[in-house]
Amino acid sequence: MYRDGEVLDVAELTHIANRIRQLSVEAVYEAKAGHLGGPLSVAEILAVIYFGVAKVDPQRPSASTRDRVVLSKGHSAVALYAALALRGYFPVDELLTFDSVGSRLQGHPDMTALPGLDMSTGSLGQGLSVGAGMALSCRFTGEDHRVFVVVGDGECQEGQVWEAAHFAAEHGLSNLCAVVDANGLSQWGRQQPPHEPVPHLAERWQAFGWDVVTGDGHDVNFLVDALRNAGSSGDRPTCVIARTVKGKGVERFEGDFEWHSKVPTPDEFSEVMTELKDREATRA
Amino acid sequence: MRDGFSRALIERMGRHEEIVVLDGDVANSTKTDKVFEAYPDRFVAAGIAEQNMAGVAAGLASTGKLVPFVVTFAVFAVSRMLDQVRVSIAQTGLPVVVVGAYAGLLTGKTGKTHISVDDLAVYRALPGMRVLAPADDEELEAALDLCLSNPAPTYLRVARDPVPTVTNGAVLRPEGSVLTLRAGTEVALVGTGSQSGRCLQAADLLSEWGLEAAVLHVPQLKPIAHATVREPLERFTHVFTVEEHNVIGGLGSLVAEALSERPWGGYHLRLGIQDRFGESGANDDLLHAYGLSSERVARAVADGVRARS
Repeated sequence: MYRDGEVLDVAELTHIANRIRQLSVEAVYEAKAGHLGGPLSVAEILAVIYFGVAKVDPQRPSASTRDRVVLSKGHSAVALYAALALRGYFPVDELLTFDSVGSRLQGHPDMTALPGLDMSTGSLGQGLSVGAGMALSCRFTGEDHRVFVVVGDGECQEGQVWEAAHFAAEHGLSNLCAVVDANGLSQWGRQQPPHEPVPHLAERWQAFGWDVVTGDGHDVNFLVDALRNAGSSGDRPTCVIARTVKGKGVERFEGDFEWHSKVPTPDEFSEVMTELKDREATRA
Repeated sequence: MRDGFSRALIERMGRHEEIVVLDGDVANSTKTDKVFEAYPDRFVAAGIAEQNMAGVAAGLASTGKLVPFVVTFAVFAVSRMLDQVRVSIAQTGLPVVVVGAYAGLLTGKTGKTHISVDDLAVYRALPGMRVLAPADDEELEAALDLCLSNPAPTYLRVARDPVPTVTNGAVLRPEGSVLTLRAGTEVALVGTGSQSGRCLQAADLLSEWGLEAAVLHVPQLKPIAHATVREPLERFTHVFTVEEHNVIGGLGSLVAEALSERPWGGYHLRLGIQDRFGESGANDDLLHAYGLSSERVARAVADGVRARS
C-alpha cells in the first residue's frame, strides 16, 4: 500500500496511526500478553516517524545512510512492529506471532531477532544514550543521518535519560531528536493527573540545552512539522514533547493506567475493534 | 599495566581507524589522557556518567564501523553500568570493549569502594560477553589484537600497577586457552590476570622449599570450553587456583565447574579474596593481608599439599 518516497498527507498519516492501533490490539489479544496503553498513545508518533520523516528503506534495513529510530520505551514494542509491518519490513500477518517462542517479535524489541530494529530496548532509560552514540558516530564515520528516539514521560524518571540529555547537548548533537510520548501515566498510575511522572518536562529539557517543541502528540500536522524541523538550530539536539493520551482511540482504555498492560476479554476485544474501525470510518 | 595499556592502544589506533575511546572522567588515572593527546578527535569525554557512556558506546558500535573502548575503573564498569552493558551491549552483541581499569585489590590506596572483587564473576555470568584477564603488558597487547580481529562484546581486566612479564605475548585464540608458564608434575597453581605473575614467584619459593609446582595461566575466562580447562589440569593431583578476585564466580569457579564434570583423582582449592570487600593500604600489605602475596600463596599451597598427602 505504501510506496517509497511517497509523501503522505494528514488523512493518510492518521489512517496509518489508526491501523497501528488496530494491529496492536489484535496482536496483544492474540498473544494474550503485552501492553496497550503506551502503543495506543505512541501511534501517531511512530506513523509520522516511519511514514513522514525518517529516511529508511525496508529493502535495505541496515543501510548505513538510513536514519535511526530507537523506541526507548520498549514496552510499546507492538506498535513499533505494526509500524514496521505497515512500512513493509515484514508481512502484516507476522504480527500475530507477537510474544510467542521463536517469534522475531519479542515482547520488547530485540534487534538480533528482527531486521529493521536499530536497537534492542526494554529496560527503561537506555535508548537516548544509544541514540546519542548513533548521532555522534557521524563525526567518526563521515556519515550523515538523523536519529529519532521515542522516550516515555514515565521513563524520564530514570537518571540515565538526564545523563544522556546532558551528553547530547554538551556534544552539540543536532542530528538527535527525542520525542517524548507524554501520556502522563506510568505503569501503576499512582501519579494521577494533574500530577505527571515528571513535571516541568519542557523546562527541564530546555535547561539541559535542548531545543524544545511542545504540542498535541495525536496531531500529525504538529508532529510532521516538529520532526522535520528538528535540528535546524545546527548545534542543539531537539526534544519534541508530544502530549498524548494513554490508550488513545479506545474510550475504555483512555487515561486508565490499568490498561498499561492488560489483555482485553473476547467481548472487550470486539467492542474495541468496532470502536477503532468506526472512528476511522467517521474520519474518512 | 595502565601505561602499557594506553601505549598499546595508541599504537593500534594508528592502524585501526575503527577504535574510538570513551572515558568516564578518569583519563589521568587510566592513562587514556595520552590517547586524548594523540587522537583528540577519537576520544569521547563522557563525563562522570557511566550508564550513558555504555549506551553511547553501543550506539557507536551499532554502525558496524566502530569498535568503542569504554574505559573506567573496574568497579564502575561492573556496578555502575551493568544494566546498560546487559541490554545495549551483551544482548545486542555489539562489539564494545569495556575496559575495567584499576581491577582487583591494588588500586592505589582507595579502599573498598574502588576495589573490584566481583568483575570477573559478574561479567562471566553475562551471556555473550568475552572476559579477558591478561597477565602482563605483552599479553594485554594480544588481548587488544583479539578484540580488533574478532570484535565482540568484551570485558578486559587491566591492573593499575606495573607487572612483571611472564608470558611471551603469544597470540590469544578466540576460543580461549590455558598457558603453561612453568612445568611440573603433581602440584599446579593456576592464575589469571596479574596474579599469574605472583603464582610464578610462589612456585620459585616452593621450589626452594623442595616442592616443584607447575604454573598455568588462563588469560580468557570466557568463552573457554570446559575440556580446554580440564585436560591440562587432570594430570595433577593438587590444583590451586589463585586470583586477585573473590573466590566466588571467577577463575576458581571456572576450574571447579570444569573439573567437576568427570571423575578425577585430585582435589582443587580456591585461593583468592575470601568473599569480602577490600580496604585501603599499600600494595604489598594488601597482598599479604588477603593471602595473595607470593609468600602467602606458596605457604597456602605447601600447607594444602601437606594436609592432603
